[in-house]
Amino acid sequence: MAGPAAPALAPARTGETAARAARIRRNWLLATPALVLLLLAASGPLLVVVVYSVLEPGEYSGVVWELSGEGWFRVLFHRDIFDDTLSLADAHLTIFWRSASISLLTTAITLVLGFPTAYFIATRPPTQRMLWLFLVTIPFWTNLLIRTFAIMEVIRNEGILNSWAMKLGLIQAPIQILYTDTAVLIGMVYVYLPLMVLPLYAAMERLDFRLVEAAYDLYASRWRVLTRVIVPLVRPGIVAGSILVFIPSLGAYVTPRVLGGGKNMMISNLIELQFGEGRNWPLGAALSMTLLAFVMVALLVYVRNMSKVERRG
Amino acid sequence: MAERAAGRPVPGRPFSVRRIPGFAGIAAVSFVLLYAPIVTLVVYSFNAGDSIALWEGLSLRWFAAAWANEQVQEATVRSLVVAASASAIATAVSTMAALGTTRTAPFPGSMAIYALINQPLMVPEIVTAVALLIVFAMIKISTGYSGLGYLIAAHAAFCVPFAYLPIRARLEGMDLSYEVAAADLYATPWQTFRRITLPLLSPGIVAGAMLAFVISLDDVVITEFVKSAGQDTLPTYMLGQLRRAVTPEVNAISTALLAVTVVLLSAFFVLNRQRR
Repeated sequence: MAGPAAPALAPARTGETAARAARIRRNWLLATPALVLLLLAASGPLLVVVVYSVLEPGEYSGVVWELSGEGWFRVLFHRDIFDDTLSLADAHLTIFWRSASISLLTTAITLVLGFPTAYFIATRPPTQRMLWLFLVTIPFWTNLLIRTFAIMEVIRNEGILNSWAMKLGLIQAPIQILYTDTAVLIGMVYVYLPLMVLPLYAAMERLDFRLVEAAYDLYASRWRVLTRVIVPLVRPGIVAGSILVFIPSLGAYVTPRVLGGGKNMMISNLIELQFGEGRNWPLGAALSMTLLAFVMVALLVYVRNMSKVERRG
Repeated sequence: MAERAAGRPVPGRPFSVRRIPGFAGIAAVSFVLLYAPIVTLVVYSFNAGDSIALWEGLSLRWFAAAWANEQVQEATVRSLVVAASASAIATAVSTMAALGTTRTAPFPGSMAIYALINQPLMVPEIVTAVALLIVFAMIKISTGYSGLGYLIAAHAAFCVPFAYLPIRARLEGMDLSYEVAAADLYATPWQTFRRITLPLLSPGIVAGAMLAFVISLDDVVITEFVKSAGQDTLPTYMLGQLRRAVTPEVNAISTALLAVTVVLLSAFFVLNRQRR
């Protein structure tokens, strides 16, 4: 682009090309500081993780600069330290299964709660909508750790949930919820609910209620209107909300650490373990890349969904 | 609206095409779920007793305790220094990047720039955290520097998309004719930028800076991995407290942080509204 213009070109054309080249140069120059920052402290380091995943683990931490497939191998397999027999890494599989099932359940429950909530907000008079939306936004922007603390205090043995249930005579002794998978699930639903409501609301705000009215005029029941008219029309919002909840759920770190109490780990906690007590940085790096790959697949689904929406206009 | 009832009409209630029975009830459950824990946390931060479960009367005792705690003071100052520096850097580079990537036809590499700017939104925090742990450990060993610079750089990087988006949105909605008029009146490009573009853009810049500040102030995961010993920010200090007995002091800190978030967020909404 910036190369010397051919002399045969008409002068006006040359000037145009030069101006275009200058504009592109200006745009790149303006973007450079941001790109340098991101390459240094966000994207660049990811490449180093890829390299680390194929190195030999160091004795105490870090790596030895020798190529090795052991890091990736250990993601799924376990090698016995005494007789070198191979077996599937059950502990890892359990954690993958927990991450996947808790993330899917979180997505499903937030959808069941979020869909009617978004619909409720979208059917308020326009002047009230901003207020309801603001009420969803406040928890969304509140520190994740604070929200996790908050839910922890509700579900702990001496917390209000157990003490009220005991006062009402529903239970005799407090139920242990904290530090179980259920606690992690409750926490994740609580923490990610706004992420489901916001995109659903965006889709429902544009819902054309004349179509709903037409369906009722054609003697559709409420259930059929919901499943055959409303749900298909807001489908992009459903997909967007589900992906937006599923992705951070899969990579959740704080919520399982605080509410799972260290033993109910998810992938992120397993990754942390390898960089801490596990002292196996290559395995940690390989696990990180595995998590990233899953997230990228989910994002691909999201992007395809969004481009379909755009094409439809 | 359809006056005629379709399906089974509800006696005594006019039929509305918008109403779906039960949805308002579920919405109520959602709002209770969203607010009950936060409200409980805030209420118990004013508890006079030692417990986070037993109410013993109203008091500011735990706010005073948190205020007097040296570790909390240090962590607060560190959080504010990191958030202020990171959001200033992120806002500056994002403003430049937004000027370079909006109001221009797609150019070679523009998609790559856009993807790179949004990258922190797509990669799970734990992966970025681990990546930074590895790279910064290398730099620490080779340079011997172990100051706050690492935290500030890491925070500035993941704040970029949050600062960039409102600035870009503002730029896209801006009227080009003022700048054209300024150029017609023989203003230099710099004068046009300084006197026309920048003032018009400032609400977007302020909004971007505030979002970046809140995002930085809230970060736990990346900070937890990047910080050197004794570099706790307020959130990592609170996470560390969990290993010990939880006192209402943590509630008091949470309530204070919550207040900051709500104030900044309300200001953000007001700024956005004035724009329309």
